[in-house]
Amino acid sequence: MNAGVTTIKTAAETELAQVFARARESLPGDDAVAAQREAAFGLFAKEGLPHRRVEDWKYTDLRALMREAKPLAPPPDAAAKARAKTAGALLGDVETRRLVFVDGAFVPELSDLAHLEKGLSVGSLAGALADSDPVLTRHLGKLAPANDVAVALNTALMGDGAVIRIAAGATIERPLHLLFVASEKPVASFVRSVVVVERGARAMVIESHEGPANSAYQVNAALELFVGDDAHVDHVKIVGEGADALHVSTLAAAIGAHARFNAFSFIAGGGPVRNQLFLNFDGEGIVAGIRGASLLKDRQHADTTLVANHAAAGCQSREVFKSVLDDEAHGVFQGRIIVRRHAQKTDAKMMTQALLLSERAESDNKPELEIFADDVQCGHGATSGAIDEELKFYLLARGIPAAEAEALLVQAFLGEAIEGIEHAGLREALLEAVADWLKARSA
Amino acid sequence: MALLEIRNLHVEIDGKEILKGLDLTVNAGEVHAIMGPNGSGKSTLAYVLAGKADYEPTSGEVLFNGKNIFDMTPDERAAAGLFLAFQYPLEIPGVATMTFLRTALNAQRKKRGDPELSTPEFIKRVRETAGKLNIDQDMLRRAVNVGFSGGEKKRNEILQMALLEPRLAVLDETDSGLDIDALKIVADGVNRLRSPQRSFVVITHYQRLLSYIVPDIVHVLSAGRIVKTGGKELALELEARGYAEYQEEAVA
Repeated sequence: MNAGVTTIKTAAETELAQVFARARESLPGDDAVAAQREAAFGLFAKEGLPHRRVEDWKYTDLRALMREAKPLAPPPDAAAKARAKTAGALLGDVETRRLVFVDGAFVPELSDLAHLEKGLSVGSLAGALADSDPVLTRHLGKLAPANDVAVALNTALMGDGAVIRIAAGATIERPLHLLFVASEKPVASFVRSVVVVERGARAMVIESHEGPANSAYQVNAALELFVGDDAHVDHVKIVGEGADALHVSTLAAAIGAHARFNAFSFIAGGGPVRNQLFLNFDGEGIVAGIRGASLLKDRQHADTTLVANHAAAGCQSREVFKSVLDDEAHGVFQGRIIVRRHAQKTDAKMMTQALLLSERAESDNKPELEIFADDVQCGHGATSGAIDEELKFYLLARGIPAAEAEALLVQAFLGEAIEGIEHAGLREALLEAVADWLKARSA
Repeated sequence: MALLEIRNLHVEIDGKEILKGLDLTVNAGEVHAIMGPNGSGKSTLAYVLAGKADYEPTSGEVLFNGKNIFDMTPDERAAAGLFLAFQYPLEIPGVATMTFLRTALNAQRKKRGDPELSTPEFIKRVRETAGKLNIDQDMLRRAVNVGFSGGEKKRNEILQMALLEPRLAVLDETDSGLDIDALKIVADGVNRLRSPQRSFVVITHYQRLLSYIVPDIVHVLSAGRIVKTGGKELALELEARGYAEYQEEAVA
């Protein structure tokens, strides 16, 4: 009976339309890209911001959370660039090749572009769009899910990002670090990256997002990742945004046959955070580890939504997501494993666990299996609970004070996920970040 | 002054009285055995000394080294030199045994105002202690008690005790579930630590352990009170005749 009735637009929806109308002429890209932008914006215009009655966004009502749409970020000034020099501290001593973005714009002078390894090519999205780079043209938008409004907004408004290609067989030892830093301006950035790892190549891509507290900036980031046959790729996302920031980010990956693929999401900051992973197992015999750890406090809200689409036979995937929730924090995990009809011998196991440090914290875990093949091994589990008082007493009885005892148990809880990271330095850095978070908590 | 002085201790769990006026005095250097039938309150005594939540002392007092232990948190009691060897040591997945041992040792040292041990000093001390107790180095590399056999868990308790060097160790049925070889290792660990300054309260159901850890004084605990106290020969008597007469006595 409501057919034909247009939903009343929220202020943010109206503002987004204005932002797009003002920017559409000046956004980079040729006519084909402009058409992609228009089509994507059309989806948003039709659907509006996703809200709680859209099942995939049930626990993260973006329409309610996003009160206003910030203007597009202007190019960063010298002061913002100077501040960005100290960013990325969470990674500690991990030796990476940094590609730095301030308010979504690539900053070559802060980035490590010298002595690129053989087989590695790196550029900016803005540059590749301006040049109609054929690598970009072949890949851009190919993995973006057709019906996701957050990704559609990214496609419509993408300004810059990284475009990376790793040639067949190349091994890139130094992890590539896409470092996204927000300045103090309350602005919006839409970053889009495309990473193509060709057959048999080896690479690690770290994507980190950080910014100042007390600035209500908005980040919408999307990364399309192509993992070739027999390639070995690790993707790590670190969300350390300021407490007032709105962060929506998406990893969309297509994984080729016999590839090894690992993804890790570490969320320890941000106002509302929506972390989306759309992973397509397109070739046979893939071995994948998809993990994550979230540490949330105050009134933080972080939602990790994963769709693992097993479309080919004989793949193995392990999903382990852990969250630690203090104060009035709200953690959400939605994980869907789909096994297509031909994906026989799929072996997929998903576990999600929440540890609640406060009676007011909330955890929503929604694991789902959709299985269309008949010869598979799939399972999922979800738990949430408080710290085990028996274990804590054992530690107390050995002279360990309560705060330290809880910290040890939290570290142990998250350890199971973090220890799945193959890179030792990064593993240590994240364990250290957990320790710091716990220290701040008991201080 | 006695090291441990328990006077007329009453303890409830969930509103049910388990200890009903228990008295016990342990002097420095003494080994006391507390024997008794199931349900007599042996483990309750161990837990209330260590400070477990839900074990509610309703009257009486417990002085440890002259201080009221009910004014102290469990970790403060441990740092003051009280050690409980658990009947069922807990498994802590994800916490490495070495991290656990070092955190405990340094937390206690810090509270006592001693400097923390450096990593090499600590490792040296653990290796030496483990060697004396016949503990495999491999056990130290695993998470606390995870995948340990019953005997390994009990040996790990003794290792912790040896490292932490308490003034008073309470062993809660450390002999349960041990075969004779493991029992000897555990008893040997305890005997090595006996000294004029250190005391033990050995809680057990059976006399067997007391052949290896020879007590100075044996108590019979029944229905929440000490009903008989004697020398080491009392343990043999109990082994021969059982607890029946004490249970009747307690009820009467």
